[in-house]
Amino acid sequence: MVEKQGTGQANTEAPLPAAIYAERVTKAFGEGKKKVLALDDVSLTIEENEFFTLLGPSGCGKTTLLRLIAGFDQPTAGAIMLRDRDISQLPPNQRSVNTVFQDYALFPHMTVAKNISFGLEMLGKPKDYIKKTVGDMLALVKMEELRDRRTDQLSGGQQQRVALARALAPRPQVLLLDEPLSALDYKLRKEMQIELKQLQLETGITFIFVTHDQEEALTMSDRIAVMNAGRILQIGTPRQIYNQPADRFVASFIGRSNFISVEVLSVEGRRARLKLSSGREVISPLPDNWVPRGRVTAVVRPEYAQLVAGSGDEGDLQGVLENIVYLGTDTQYHIRLPDETTFVTRSQNQCQETEAFEDGQSVSVVFKPEAVQVLRS
Amino acid sequence: MIPFIKKRPPFSLKRQPGFGLIAGLCFVMLYAPIITLVVYSFNAGKYISPWEGFSLQWYVAAWGNEAVQDATMRSLFLAVQAGIYSTVLATMAALGTTRTRPFRGLMAIYAMINQPLMVPEIVTAVALLILFAMIKSLTGIQGMFYLVIAHTAFCIPFAYLPIRARLEGMDLNLETAAADLYATPWKTFWRVTLPLLFPGIIAGSMLAFVISLDDVVITEFIKSSGQETLPTYMLGQLRRVVTPEINAISTVLLGLSISVVCLLFFVERRSRK
Ligand SMILES: Nc1ncnc2c1ncn2[C@@H]1O[C@H](COP(=O)(O)OP(=O)(O)OP(=O)(O)O)[C@@H](O)[C@H]1O
Ligand SMILES: [Mg+2]
Repeated sequence: MVEKQGTGQANTEAPLPAAIYAERVTKAFGEGKKKVLALDDVSLTIEENEFFTLLGPSGCGKTTLLRLIAGFDQPTAGAIMLRDRDISQLPPNQRSVNTVFQDYALFPHMTVAKNISFGLEMLGKPKDYIKKTVGDMLALVKMEELRDRRTDQLSGGQQQRVALARALAPRPQVLLLDEPLSALDYKLRKEMQIELKQLQLETGITFIFVTHDQEEALTMSDRIAVMNAGRILQIGTPRQIYNQPADRFVASFIGRSNFISVEVLSVEGRRARLKLSSGREVISPLPDNWVPRGRVTAVVRPEYAQLVAGSGDEGDLQGVLENIVYLGTDTQYHIRLPDETTFVTRSQNQCQETEAFEDGQSVSVVFKPEAVQVLRS
Repeated sequence: MIPFIKKRPPFSLKRQPGFGLIAGLCFVMLYAPIITLVVYSFNAGKYISPWEGFSLQWYVAAWGNEAVQDATMRSLFLAVQAGIYSTVLATMAALGTTRTRPFRGLMAIYAMINQPLMVPEIVTAVALLILFAMIKSLTGIQGMFYLVIAHTAFCIPFAYLPIRARLEGMDLNLETAAADLYATPWKTFWRVTLPLLFPGIIAGSMLAFVISLDDVVITEFIKSSGQETLPTYMLGQLRRVVTPEINAISTVLLGLSISVVCLLFFVERRSRK
């Protein structure tokens, strides 16, 4: 049995009703030999007003989870609660949840304004309310001039905005966004990231955002759930995910990582004393009440380690500088350690600086405080 | 050394010997009779073959002929009804065969819907004749009813095919999006599926209309006396005297068919924009 992972959000009662509470949700496709477990015992709590991101590689079950929340599919096992109400068996049109589809799915036979008013009309809102709300939404996404355009005469970014306005107009309790930015080019994507975040703050609606772009997840989210193969590996703030990855998968999926083998000497409270391969000892913080033992793997982010010349005792690791990669904003150093593994450090470039190191030189690596983070697996 | 590679153009049917000749022949065989028919409908002479000068007299004659008027009205009445009923049924069949999970026997249902395209018309005609005769003798019901049912039945596949093609090409996410925006299944159908399906329905109904309009075999078998449609009337006339009046009626029918096809093409083009 694999140990249950996560930061402990699962199975704990939230004080306020959570926007979404998924309890041990499993979704299987197919039967018998062809059975695929798209979601495998997933539990999570998403708070009111949160920008929550599902992050993971292709095929890990992100879309499946969104579809279950939206009601396009029913879970094989488990329950999904929307503000304390079990919605698992409700059809999509009875859930106060709206979706921004990856390909937008705008109605091609309606104008921009008609697309936006569709949900309000279906809810049977009064005419003047609909008119006012559509106006507000058009202003919110800056599309007033294009209100009478047909949606197939819009650019990708404009379609994106209409899809957002259409999904926001009925003021859902939760908005689901399935890789909404993946069809846009880089520059527009960056702009839309900021706009989306702004929109979430302005509307106060809970956003559940799906992406496989780690940078996007880190910049936009209040909290991130990292998924792989139908499971949630870790839930936390971008900082927690980056600085205290729960396991090797999370550490390697987000940012660059060095994995080193360390020996646990002792654990006191939530701090562990570790022995490095060089014989030096460091103190490492532990994320929660978990006691590592024996030889374990630890992660060090490249920018949390510094390079110094010489192979003296002052360094935490010693090695030979193998390669220098200049990246403009910073420089990467590839160091070959005595055990034939490569360790990468990164330091920010200063102006008018000349390179202080050269290939083949003996160097030491100095870890910044708390740089070494023990992994569970 | 660079190997010598002879550059060969990709295979093209157009470059095969005799292609132009065969294509030309096909066109002549397709259109020569039609052109002759149209030209001779303006013949002033009493007989079909020798040309005796331009005249519209046969159009006038056909227009004033009560039997022609009667048959035309019946044909249109029949084609409109068969067109509407078969389109409604075909739309339901298309929804049933594309908007449900694949189920056992789906292929059999396709075959059944398209049966009129595969079974020889004469077989269907005889079968219907026998069946309707039985019903008539049992119930005593007479009337256009039988013709309408028969025409509806064989028009269904013609209406079904374009509608199904349209449904299959439709983005299913649109219906999902409508449901997501609080539309009930019924509202989703009326507000999203049906409007998007409309060009397919128009195309299907026009095809059905044209197919019903020019049917001879089945109509000839099952019509009662006094239920001539335009095609069966013309067939009857041909057995007696052949005057250019037939040409005139045919030309009008041709014009009607061409307009319907053009309209269909236009609708297709607009919907794809
Ligand atoms: N309708 C379905 N029938 C069978 N298998 C499915 C179905 N939908 C999804 N799956 C499978 O479930 C798994 C998860 O799919 P899902 O679409 O949720 O992935 P994803 O995380 O959204 O990936 P991506 O980033 O590529 O969109 C995949 O292995 C996929 O093949
Ligand atoms: Mg997906």
